[in-house]
Amino acid sequence: MTIIIVIVIIAILVLAWIGIYNGLVKARMQTQESWSQIDVQLKRRNDLIPNLVETVKGYAKHESETLTKVTQLRQDVAAANTPADKMAASNQLSGVLSGFFARAEAYPDLKANTNFNKLQEELTNTENKIAYSRQLFNATTANYNTKLQSFPTNVVAGVHHFQPSEFLQVPEAEKEVPTVKF
Amino acid sequence: MLYQQIQSNKRRTIVLLLAFFVLVALVGAAVGYLLLGSLVYGIVGAIIIGVIYTAIMISNSTAVVMAMNHGQEITNADQQPELWHAVEDMAMVAQVPMPRVFVISDDSPNAFATGNDPEHAAVAATTGLLRIMTRSELEGVIGHEMSHVRNYDIRISTIALALSAAITLLTNIGGNWWFWGSGERRRDNDRNNSGGLQAILMIFSILMMVLAPLAAAAVQMAISRNREYLADAGSVELTRNPQGLISALRKLGGSEPMQDVDPSSAALYISNPLKNKEHLFDTHPPIEERIARLEKM
Repeated sequence: MTIIIVIVIIAILVLAWIGIYNGLVKARMQTQESWSQIDVQLKRRNDLIPNLVETVKGYAKHESETLTKVTQLRQDVAAANTPADKMAASNQLSGVLSGFFARAEAYPDLKANTNFNKLQEELTNTENKIAYSRQLFNATTANYNTKLQSFPTNVVAGVHHFQPSEFLQVPEAEKEVPTVKF
Repeated sequence: MLYQQIQSNKRRTIVLLLAFFVLVALVGAAVGYLLLGSLVYGIVGAIIIGVIYTAIMISNSTAVVMAMNHGQEITNADQQPELWHAVEDMAMVAQVPMPRVFVISDDSPNAFATGNDPEHAAVAATTGLLRIMTRSELEGVIGHEMSHVRNYDIRISTIALALSAAITLLTNIGGNWWFWGSGERRRDNDRNNSGGLQAILMIFSILMMVLAPLAAAAVQMAISRNREYLADAGSVELTRNPQGLISALRKLGGSEPMQDVDPSSAALYISNPLKNKEHLFDTHPPIEERIARLEKM
């Protein structure tokens, strides 16, 4: 009789262990998937930038410095290895691009160019998606890290060496609410 | 806070849906008594009709609702880039699949979501909405709709729509028989029953016929009203930008009613498309109240 009880208890513990382990793997997978969402958007923006540079060159003579900077940052994003480095370069690039699009209002010829307008919509869309996929990444990271720290998942995580995922910083400029002056 | 609100909303919705089914059963009892002299046949018949209606609506809701509201489907980003991209972004953060996207040709700004579950959802926006909203306002509105999708509100409003249609059908059947006087003949045959009980059942049946459609409307509205606050909160959770939704709601509040809207779908829209002033049947909480709650977040 006691042997049956012991076997049942061990079986329950093993099943619980497997369940928790699979839960952890799934949560980690979600953080990786949401990182790849960001990565897709970063690549997409990198593909769009050469087009933008070509289009703007002829119209906005005063922007040559901006264009060099954009090209440089584009390479930094592509070259960076860790998520944190990639996002640091990406945040700078976002800043330069949004500054440029704000100034572009002052170039009527450029604003009249349909190709430019299309690129602007696509880049705005990509920037939005980068911001939203970063939000998603941080949400999945929070979910995963909570699992790593709470009992009893932390025991399973410790035995199988699950590493916490790192949050991505939101750039300061995006956290501030823009002030409107009348 | 938000989590508790979701919980209490879920409980309330179950109570309201139960109330809806009880109402269908009561109407069935009334119709059954008037037509067949049997409460039980009526209840069984009504529940069968309710279940069939619900099944049809659930299997087909997007097509039915979009046809009722004259929605035109768009299938790629080039047709309406801002709308398409806003839906794409919100679906991504809400972690639901990309829904089908529809545009309604109407100058009054409005939007709604429908479908059975997040895998079979659809979002519609009017041309007026696309014309007057900035990007962050549009994201607020689409975020609101995507919260309805994620919270399964779309399924509940679909079921509520089906059940109120079933009640309308039942009271119409009952009303016609009453009109043709077949109830009259049957009552003569039943004279041996106790007169008091019969009179009470008679009065109950007539009252049910008159009041059930009103009660159905009130229940449908109560379900929808609660869920609007929750979807507003959900929208802000997705966009992280209360200002966008607040200014979108201001614009929606100050707009004209829609030209051609199906009244039974009114509860689906983000702001009441009819702009009527009867508060018992309000499908939506007042815009000022919604803005006030958002400002507190």
